[in-house]
Amino acid sequence: MPEHTFRVNGEQVTVDVAGDVRLLWVLRDILGITGPKYGCGINVCKACTSHINGRAVNPCAIPVKDLRPTDEVTTIEGLPATVGEDLHPMQQAWLDHDVAQCGYCQPGQIMAAVALVRRVAAEGREITDADLDGLRNICRCGTYFRIREAVKAGAENM
Amino acid sequence: MTAGSNGGLDEAIGRRRFLGYVLAAPTLVAAAELAPPAPAADARLPSPELTELLDLTDVMTAAALPTSGLISVEVNPDGTVSFALPRVEVGQGITTSTAMLIAEELAVPLERVRVTLADARPELVFNQLTGGSNTTIATYTPIRVAAAIARLRLLAAAAAELGSAVTDLTMKAGMIIDRSGGGIDIGALAEKAASTKTRQVAVELTPRGNFAVIGRPHNRIDALDAVTGRKKFTMDLDIPAAKPTMVCRPPTINGTVGSVANLAEVRTMPGVTDVVVISTGVAVRAETFGQCIDAVRALKVSWKPGTAEGKSDESVLRELEAAELPLGLRPPAPTVEGKFTFYFRSNSALEPNCAVADVRADCAEIWAALKSPIVAQRTIAAKLGLPPSRVAVHVTEGGGSFGRKLFFDAALEAAEVSQKIGKPVKLMWHRADDSRQGRTHPMATSRVRVAYAGGTVLSYKQRHTSVSTDLGHGLGEIITAMAARLPVGDIGFSQTFFHLSQAMSYRFGASSQLLSETDKGFNTGSMRNVYSPDVTCARELIVDQLAARMGKDPYRFRHDFLRDDRSRAVLAKVAEAGGWGRPMPVGTAQGIAFHAEYKAVSAALVEIDCRPETVNRPIRDGVTGPRVTKAVFAVDVGLAVNPRGLEAQVMGCIMDGIALALTSSLHLDNGHFLEASWDNYFYTRQWNTPPELQIIIMPSTSEEPGGAGELGVAASMAAVACAYGRATGTMPTSFPINHGTLSFVPKPTVPPIPQSPADGLNGAR
Ligand code: FES
Ligand code: FES
Repeated sequence: MPEHTFRVNGEQVTVDVAGDVRLLWVLRDILGITGPKYGCGINVCKACTSHINGRAVNPCAIPVKDLRPTDEVTTIEGLPATVGEDLHPMQQAWLDHDVAQCGYCQPGQIMAAVALVRRVAAEGREITDADLDGLRNICRCGTYFRIREAVKAGAENM
Repeated sequence: MTAGSNGGLDEAIGRRRFLGYVLAAPTLVAAAELAPPAPAADARLPSPELTELLDLTDVMTAAALPTSGLISVEVNPDGTVSFALPRVEVGQGITTSTAMLIAEELAVPLERVRVTLADARPELVFNQLTGGSNTTIATYTPIRVAAAIARLRLLAAAAAELGSAVTDLTMKAGMIIDRSGGGIDIGALAEKAASTKTRQVAVELTPRGNFAVIGRPHNRIDALDAVTGRKKFTMDLDIPAAKPTMVCRPPTINGTVGSVANLAEVRTMPGVTDVVVISTGVAVRAETFGQCIDAVRALKVSWKPGTAEGKSDESVLRELEAAELPLGLRPPAPTVEGKFTFYFRSNSALEPNCAVADVRADCAEIWAALKSPIVAQRTIAAKLGLPPSRVAVHVTEGGGSFGRKLFFDAALEAAEVSQKIGKPVKLMWHRADDSRQGRTHPMATSRVRVAYAGGTVLSYKQRHTSVSTDLGHGLGEIITAMAARLPVGDIGFSQTFFHLSQAMSYRFGASSQLLSETDKGFNTGSMRNVYSPDVTCARELIVDQLAARMGKDPYRFRHDFLRDDRSRAVLAKVAEAGGWGRPMPVGTAQGIAFHAEYKAVSAALVEIDCRPETVNRPIRDGVTGPRVTKAVFAVDVGLAVNPRGLEAQVMGCIMDGIALALTSSLHLDNGHFLEASWDNYFYTRQWNTPPELQIIIMPSTSEEPGGAGELGVAASMAAVACAYGRATGTMPTSFPINHGTLSFVPKPTVPPIPQSPADGLNGAR
């Protein structure tokens, strides 16, 4: 079987699996990295949101063969290390606002929020209500309002 | 947010003593037996309104009493305190509120309390069912009694250790401190306080006026795990050899397998280990879920018809019409009437149906988030041909429930597959399966007629007609088992349930609310708040009409007709906080609604924007529609153990109410539901979320805690519907209001699940 090499949360990994298997399953079923959740498998719910080279992606829609050896995949598990802390400021904001209910969507929500804040900062502006409206991640527990508050608070400390 | 306390009540009632046990064990284990006597037993019936004296909460709490004594609190030598909660955490925050009860009685920091979920314990009979917003109500006293007994034992052990009288000791932050300031950690006392014999102990609980933990807002104890990805859901468990498994499902609801043309071929696909026909379809086990998806899509199956062949929204509507109970003769007075339609809705959680099963020749082990684990254990054992004692059922934390996890469809399937192939499986439903073959809130109609004369309402009649709600998960058994003690005679349990959950909160003269059900061909269940959102929405819309007819303001009218101060207080609160009656631009409006249930009262005020520029704002693959721009909600549940948790539940309920009123439904077409994705089924998204939200927890008026997991849905849905009616000038009669417009292209039913896209890198943002 073909081998695929890329980086996950700061480590180089090599997996032996068919190239069209989507990254979500490589992470979860082969590497045992279960932070990214399955909620649809068709790039809609955003529960699997992770980062590749710092930008938000949905691993359920990425064939593993598309990754290059230098590509850095960051899942929720690896997020704190990107700032050299035990918790990323966005995770801290999530705790401060007691956002999580069942928690199933929250890794994806946090990863999407971090990428949004970075994008908005790169554009040299503040987060707007329209930016928050544009977050597509489903939360079936309906934590949306606390998510909005936490994203704004997390942005302050990023 | 305010959370009141009322120490005076304790004195008025007097300090009650409760009995419990210290169990024989190497470390301190205290157990509780007694809870307040069942109020249901000798309830009389002075009024036709059943719900006033005996609501569903009473029935469930009473049923739980005989076995409550089996729950135990254990103090460990490392200073932690453990408790196995015979309920399931699915996001409602009960592990946190439970830890708070223990922390209160034992004066330990919350971080030291370890709440786990108990495996299925058949000896608990009815006391292991999570539902009806009942957990806090049923466990509030027994858990505190167990913890209080542990406290007594620790104090006695500390007294011996420190050479001090018990009365000279205080407990603080997990330490027991004497007058001289010397202290000892409870962990150091855990073994000394243990008992070699099981014995009964009487104890007093901390009086309400002294509460330091209960009634104060607290963040969730599992929050850190949730935000770091460490929280383990069923599919995250590492059970040896349990490989990904999915099921190829029929194109119509509950269809079954006729024959499979290419079983052998699919078995040779990359990663696939097994393919087997089961009662619900064709199961595939593979190295990854991605390879399961490929295999499911490759299967060539000929299907036999299901249980809703050929049915559609229109045909079910006709069935409902035929089943509708008559409203009776029109009274000789002016009337207001309305008929409302509520389409099927999905109670899918974000975590799809899933379970892990390892079935061997003579035993089985199951892992799943189960709200009725005892019923699950019994049913799975019967299916496998094993005695229940040989089936271990582990309850895992669930990624949402909304009624879905009262059932154990995936656990039963996983057990069947594992037995057939002789290997452990990690079975998960695809999102499309969960939406199309999963449980639903049944389609229903509600017909209301109110008669009035002058300033008086003479009568209120409501006839709710629904596709059958499947209550066969244990909740039904509870009510059936308690039926002899209920003043409702021998009517079936769904009618009983309906009666018990619907209160008539207004002084509307002679009132009658009846349920009739039809068609058991659908996979239904008790979706969050069950009948109440629809029933309340219909009623509150008619109340608005009635107020207009009687020349009154909708808020004033409700205030005048509500029965008690507690109800009026929540309504007045939202009117005041939400600025009821403020001038609003054309095309926007406020709506207000009230709902009482679970020994709680609630009111919602919302503002909605129905102007074209808002309704038509562009969002890719989403329903925008009218926007709720503000929501204000007031709730009085009695004692709120954790006001921050209650606020979270109400927030979720508001999002549900918005979805039910405006955007979320399933379209039934030719025996199947069209929705197969979160971009088909329009649950509230960020772009539908009210930018302004205020939740007010009323100062408590009761000594006992109230349930809250679903309470807020009904008033929220109703207030949104009322606001929509006032903004557009037309009372909506069909829900959700966008149901008539199909806002997506339906996915094929064969193959039953869509392939994952492969262009994910292009979307990097
Ligand atoms: S699972 Fe990847 S977006 Fe839903
Ligand atoms: S917290 Fe449960 S889905 Fe978001």
